Amino acid sequence: MTAGTDTAVVRRDGPGLGEAETNARLARSWATPPGLWGWLSTVDHKQVGRRYVVTAFTFFVLAGLLALAMRMQLAGPERTLLSPDRYNQIFTMHGTTMMFLFAVPMMEAFAIYLVPLMVGTRAIAFPRLNAFSYWVYLAGGIMLWVAFILNVGPDVGWFSYVPLAGPQYSPGKRVDFWAQMVTFTEVAALAVAVEIIVTVFKQRAPGMSLNRIPLFVWGQLVTSFMVVFAMPAVMVSSSMLIMDRLIGTHFFNPAEGGDALLWQHLFWFFGHPEVYIIFLPATGFVSSILPTFARRPIFGYTALVLALFATGFLGFGLWVHHMFATGLPHLGNSFYTAASMAIAIPSGIQIFCWIATLWDGRPRFATPLLFVIGFIVVFVLGGLSGIMLASVPLDSQVHDTYFVVAHFHYVLIGGAVFPLFGAFYYWFPKFTGRMLSERVGAWNFGLFFVGFNLAFFPMHILGLIGMPRRVYSYPAGVGWDELNLLATAGAVILAAGVATFVGNVWHSLKHGVSAGDNPWGAGTLEWATSSPPPSYNFTHIPVVTGQEPLWTLPQGLPAQGLPVVGGLRVDQRELLLTTVVDADPDLREPSPEPSIWPLLSALAVTALFIGSIFTPWAVVWGAIPLAVGLIGWFWPKSPPDTPEPVID
Amino acid sequence: MEKAPHFVTDLAHLPTSAHGPRSATWWGTLGFILIEGTGFALAAAAYFYLMGQPETWPPGQAPPDWLWGTAQLILMLASLLPNLWTDRVAHQEDLRKVRVGLVVMSAVGLLTLVVRAFEFGALNCRWDDNAYGSIVWVLLGLHATHLVTDIGDTLVLTALMFTRHVEPRRYTDVTDNCVYWNFVVLAWVPLWGLLYVVPRLV
Amino acid sequence: MSRALRIGSLGLALCLALPGCQGVQSALDPAGHQAGRIAGLWWLFLGVLAVVYLVVLAGLLIAASRPRRRGVLPNGPSFAREERIERRLTGGLTAWAVGTGAIILTLTGLSYAVDRDILGLTDKAELEIEVTAKQWWWQVKYNDPVPSRSFETANEIRLPVGVPVRIVLKSQDVIHSFWVPNLHGKTDLIPGRVNETTLVADREGRFRGQCAEFCGFQHANMALDVVAMPRDRFDAWRESQLSPAAAPADDLARQGQQVFLSAACVMCHTIHGTTAASRVGPDLTHVASRPSLAAGTLPYSKGNLAGWIADPQRIKPGNQMPITSLSPDQLQGVVAYLDSLK
Ligand code: HEA
Ligand code: HEA
Ligand code: HEC
Ligand code: CUA
Ligand SMILES: [Cu+2]
Repeated sequence: MTAGTDTAVVRRDGPGLGEAETNARLARSWATPPGLWGWLSTVDHKQVGRRYVVTAFTFFVLAGLLALAMRMQLAGPERTLLSPDRYNQIFTMHGTTMMFLFAVPMMEAFAIYLVPLMVGTRAIAFPRLNAFSYWVYLAGGIMLWVAFILNVGPDVGWFSYVPLAGPQYSPGKRVDFWAQMVTFTEVAALAVAVEIIVTVFKQRAPGMSLNRIPLFVWGQLVTSFMVVFAMPAVMVSSSMLIMDRLIGTHFFNPAEGGDALLWQHLFWFFGHPEVYIIFLPATGFVSSILPTFARRPIFGYTALVLALFATGFLGFGLWVHHMFATGLPHLGNSFYTAASMAIAIPSGIQIFCWIATLWDGRPRFATPLLFVIGFIVVFVLGGLSGIMLASVPLDSQVHDTYFVVAHFHYVLIGGAVFPLFGAFYYWFPKFTGRMLSERVGAWNFGLFFVGFNLAFFPMHILGLIGMPRRVYSYPAGVGWDELNLLATAGAVILAAGVATFVGNVWHSLKHGVSAGDNPWGAGTLEWATSSPPPSYNFTHIPVVTGQEPLWTLPQGLPAQGLPVVGGLRVDQRELLLTTVVDADPDLREPSPEPSIWPLLSALAVTALFIGSIFTPWAVVWGAIPLAVGLIGWFWPKSPPDTPEPVID
Repeated sequence: MEKAPHFVTDLAHLPTSAHGPRSATWWGTLGFILIEGTGFALAAAAYFYLMGQPETWPPGQAPPDWLWGTAQLILMLASLLPNLWTDRVAHQEDLRKVRVGLVVMSAVGLLTLVVRAFEFGALNCRWDDNAYGSIVWVLLGLHATHLVTDIGDTLVLTALMFTRHVEPRRYTDVTDNCVYWNFVVLAWVPLWGLLYVVPRLV
Repeated sequence: MSRALRIGSLGLALCLALPGCQGVQSALDPAGHQAGRIAGLWWLFLGVLAVVYLVVLAGLLIAASRPRRRGVLPNGPSFAREERIERRLTGGLTAWAVGTGAIILTLTGLSYAVDRDILGLTDKAELEIEVTAKQWWWQVKYNDPVPSRSFETANEIRLPVGVPVRIVLKSQDVIHSFWVPNLHGKTDLIPGRVNETTLVADREGRFRGQCAEFCGFQHANMALDVVAMPRDRFDAWRESQLSPAAAPADDLARQGQQVFLSAACVMCHTIHGTTAASRVGPDLTHVASRPSLAAGTLPYSKGNLAGWIADPQRIKPGNQMPITSLSPDQLQGVVAYLDSLK
């Protein structure tokens, strides 16, 4: 059987088709068209993922700059750098941007880029939805920031308590932009969650049974389920808020049977899981980086998976710990104390497994591992302060003070940003084909670690000695001056750390050492393809025989030595679907071509959401272009393909 | 230089479409059902929460009239029959019957929308009366949005089935659409109880 | 030793060395029963969790730096998991999880016990003060079963030492939070709801409280003074507050009173014994006897009073009191008058 004569064979990958030929054909089938049009219509999960990373990082820097502005204002008592109005907008924008536009999307970004690679498939499930989610997210972020620049930025805090955020006490459009930003980002997050769940359930490479799924993928899977159950709460509540504000409903108006605490229940029913939505993917970074640099498979795989489940599950049962001061019945509160503290068990198990992996390994202290160690040092402290907050009496003192600010920066930056920087150093070679400088990396880590602790440790004490959060200034003589100055100095050092990172990326993009497929000698599938990966990810879908497929290869075989399956079409976008539990090959499904419709639909959604801030009728007339967009999106492009060639 | 890859299986024999949990779209549909189901559950929880605030419920208004909501309930439950039938004939890939089923389901869908319009008229409250009115309108509106999107989907699918785009995967689209309609109907049962029965019980 | 820890202990040392922990607004300098119990609980939690933290750091340090059994293999990691080591580690993991469980159970129990103890005070209250939060100041009513013995003040609470006082918490507009750290933790004031807390001061002193829930523009300047005084002095103070405002003693003050009653002031403020009876702003009947002005924004002094009335928007931008244009003479008179309202 020679290639060229038998079309039935050459249209599929397999022994009959040479590698070069296979790659060339796959490249043609999976290519994103060149030029601006291609850029706008791409559905390649790696391009979309990269966009998400860059956009989310931009928001991180912007929100970080706002943080610096706040720290300058608070460097000493009664400073007047920022007016109260500016300050209130700035801390709201800082918190909102960090949570909704940086942390969650950044974790999604890594999921979008890495999950398909790690499970060994050619594309993410529902790639057009994926492209759509990015555009919606981008539009929401731009809307919020443009509003802020035009001095209509929200000014009621990142959780917008009513009635302050209601129609009576926040007239104008500021809060409307906040509420719609929530809608934008949640639509995007929900879409990504569904894509990830389906990718993990149905597109794992043959042999990747449940007990061989990489921990990063488990983390993203549990996170996606949390998104599915948590985000609707904030969608519901922000819709109620906007209806109260715009069409006169009374959900939160006590004078008409509404209730201010309803908002808090709904918001925190989302808000608490939200923090684990940020944290669990980060544990996935840690569980990926540690084995690679400890040179040992992770200890306690099963325990770590169960810990993820336990955290995800418990995370829904403790939102009231944000409301201990609202005067709810104390007996109920004690339940939430116990539930909150119970999270220490799965978290503690994770910490133990990571340290044990390091203990039994032969660690190589490259930059990603430094950040992981920094993560443990910082996060555990933040977790322990969380245990303090979970106690009703202790919380009654430190709630809404800088102690809480300290807690959540320790867990957010410690628990998510440290691992994230580790992840940048770890996967940058995969994303770009070049290494980041290790020498600069050490500086990056050092500045970041020292700056971070200087900035945020003093805040614990500030809270205990009475400094409330969200104050634009404070009087002299209460004893808060020195510690605030220290915190500001720390923030400056921290910023220098971030700047070092930006510089490192800038330089390495052009001049970094070439990476090769697997520079760290890692074990998971994303390292089995070139760096950066081709549009189709893998020439052939690999067969997985262990938790770290590349480590279970017979000694000495390069990544290409993985066993593979053949028979997928190369002249068309086709994916292999496998069974949910055992990942046995089951189906070959087509994967969509690039399309401009996701962008157009996102624009229609944007017009609808923004329009509805100004008139409720926007929902009605905005639905028309949206419907057109969606029909265009799903309408099949060409008549059914010529029937598949028969296989002999 | 180039090393021959180590092929272990040839998957060319695998089918290219399948119904139900074997296909990716089915899982996607299920994902969105979970999301929307959570939305319904939370809105219902908000209803009960608000019910705990004032002394009387509904506060000073009559509960929604029975007629249209109950007609809707009966209509929807009845629509399950043609829906399940459509699902079955789509599994059999019987184009003629699928067309019939889809046309019927489109008609039924449009009818539920008409009934829904009357339901809004018979609520005996406005959304801006008080919190009770607000939550009632939102619950009914939330469900109406699902009706609209599902019917839109059904209409487009019906149109598709009369074009040259019929191919095996279209039939799985039809079965997924049937799954979604089941969800919309099943979601209505507790909502109906909440809107029409609960205010008469308390 | 890790850097975080070093900074941590430095910070702690700093806190103990500075007057920091002994502040007028510090949870670690308790002057009341509840704050005392909470501070005790705090030190206990800190002790236990510091040990946990040290154990984690020690484990991490050892894991990172212990001598390795084998040299680094030239060719990648070792894939074989040694049964013996896995078993040992699994044992360790189990012990760790059980230990964690035991510690959190203990901490939950302790926390619950303290909570119960604090709540126990609720029934013992002998006095009732109703605090209504407004953007951005505190209206304070001393309720008495005899209506004529009730009176109102603002931004200031005086308490008799050793007497538990019930504080009824309401809000007129948005959510605020009532917090006097030296005495007790905070409780929110929520429109449409009535909350309660109890305060008891164990010793004399002046403490600072502050609104702890973000409530808009001037959340930062919504403080209050709490003065704990011996019972007899408290009773005397109480009597003095019950009396109507002093009549102006000299011409300047008399002229000031006229200005006050004819200018916009009268539309927002109450001064008992005069025709001023509006409740938009603080009751000024005894304004000159208060330690501070405008919810802790300025210490009370005649100069600050003049500054406030001349331009409240410069001192507390966005607050609900507008600028009233008064001539220098008028201003002088008003200040003289208000300053006489002891
Ligand atoms: C990534 C984000 C993240 C994470 C992981 C956590 C983790 C935890 N948080 Fe935190 N939290 C936030 C982000 C996060 N939090 C944010 C953003 C807010 C404020 C929102 C706002 O108001 O703006 C907040 C606020 C907050 C509050 C409300 C405070 C207040 O407003 O008054 C409480 C109260 O219970 C709390 C508790 C906890 C607990 C118990 C954990 C636990 O999960 C911690 C568990 C971890 C450990 C305990 C460490 C590891 C375990 C061991 C080493 C084992 C040994 C331990 C013991 C024996 C105890 N958090
Ligand atoms: C993931 C979330 C996250 C992150 C990473 C951060 C990061 C930081 N936060 Fe943030 N913070 C929140 C989430 C987060 N925060 C939230 C949710 C709130 C509550 C808001 C509310 O109350 O509503 C809050 C509130 C908050 C406050 C309290 C405000 C108040 O209550 O009044 C403070 C005060 O110091 C603060 C400081 C900082 C600082 C100094 C950083 C630093 O880590 C920032 C570091 C980054 C930089 C400094 C950027 C550096 C950039 C450069 C140097 C430029 C590089 C150059 C080029 C690109 C050209 N934060
Ligand atoms: C529109 C209403 C309004 C008018 C008019 C008004 N005030 Fe006020 N006043 C307030 C409010 C509200 C506050 C509390 C401000 C705050 O602390 O946020 C206040 C605070 C004060 C205080 C400080 C009280 C305290 O307990 O700290 C004084 C003194 C005062 N006003 C005097 C005056 C005088 C004199 C005038 C007229 C020249 C005047 N006010 C006019 C509303 C008003
Ligand atoms: Cu009142 Cu903050
Ligand atoms: Cu929480």
